[in-house]
Amino acid sequence: MNNEQNFELALNCFLLAGQIMMESGAETYRVEDTMLRMARSQNIEDAQSYVTPTGIILSLGKKQVTKITSIAARITDLHKIAKVNNVSRKLASQTITLEEAYDELKKIQKTNYFLPVHLQILAASVASSCFLVLSNGYWSDMPAAFVAGGVGFFVVTIIQEMTKVKFFSEFLAALVVGLIASLAVQFGLGKEMDKIIVGGVMPLVPGLIITNAVRDLMAGHFTAGIAKGAEAFLTAFAIGAGIALIVAS
Amino acid sequence: MEFIIQALFSFIFTACFGVIFNAPTKAIPYCGLVGSIGWMVYYILYEINVTEVQASFLGAFVVALVAQIFARRFKMPMIIFNVSGIIPLVPGGIAYNTMRNIVELDYNMGIQNGMRVFMISGAIAMGLVFAEVIVQMVMRMFHKGRTSMQSYARAKRRQKIK
Repeated sequence: MNNEQNFELALNCFLLAGQIMMESGAETYRVEDTMLRMARSQNIEDAQSYVTPTGIILSLGKKQVTKITSIAARITDLHKIAKVNNVSRKLASQTITLEEAYDELKKIQKTNYFLPVHLQILAASVASSCFLVLSNGYWSDMPAAFVAGGVGFFVVTIIQEMTKVKFFSEFLAALVVGLIASLAVQFGLGKEMDKIIVGGVMPLVPGLIITNAVRDLMAGHFTAGIAKGAEAFLTAFAIGAGIALIVAS
Repeated sequence: MEFIIQALFSFIFTACFGVIFNAPTKAIPYCGLVGSIGWMVYYILYEINVTEVQASFLGAFVVALVAQIFARRFKMPMIIFNVSGIIPLVPGGIAYNTMRNIVELDYNMGIQNGMRVFMISGAIAMGLVFAEVIVQMVMRMFHKGRTSMQSYARAKRRQKIK
């Protein structure tokens, strides 16, 4: 690990690993830890990193080049986090070389590991109807919650692809869920509107972001913690506003 | 009977969230198990009249403990198991009531319910972090103060000698 080219490759490799993890919704401290661990496994001792939810700065040492990468969008994709974690584990135990690790990371970045969309929508529907049982609702409300949850998740996926504005897609999805619930109650297909709505918006709840925000704050990453907290608050506000429009009218 | 129904449905509920968050296929049933165990702790405590904040704290604590065990066993990051595991504990219903109260201009009830949401979500977060810190402390005692990197370097040195 002496010549310039190797340092360039190492820098690109570590930065790509960090970028994929951040875009898939990993905690900030895990991203930092992974990059520094990978660097240490390549005998680069004084690497430094500065990680925020919107960008990563990584330097391999005082006399080395420093690179920066920006992160435009963050989604929840636990599969990619596990894959990158696996690559870093293998690199740290010296079972693969730096070149192999970089190729693998590039492949991970391009591949879409998501399950088919109809399966995800089905999962959202089933989750919404299960929520009624957990919150002591009526069993006869389950079909309405099933439909509301599925349609809500469908709307959020479609609008997200079309507009790329998270706030708007979540707002619309919550609106649709509220509309379905109130229609179901009006036509006698459901009894409790409240529980159908809560079940229906459950798949939209920003669970991962809230967990990460608190975890980052506790680990001392205040910038990241506050930023993620703001993101979670915005999502919750979008859902609340969408429902409020239905409840108030 | 009620307990079996709750356990079964919380399992399905959490496993579905594993699908939505795109957990690795192999891990999805275990995500469901984590959520089910956490919810049963909460449910049983709530039934014997423990307050909801304390029940949420202990539920999240158990979720994080079980997630740690699975994370070590499958060599995956812990975040995969605990993210979907805490979803049954999230106070969605109370948050909805807060929103509804505020829209109906009943600010007193809104503040009250908002405070409940704040306390419960704070308790969940504290439960997660406490469990993680305690597990780390125990593991460090177990490994006599060495971090995982140090014990790894030691193992490598031993291999070279052989």
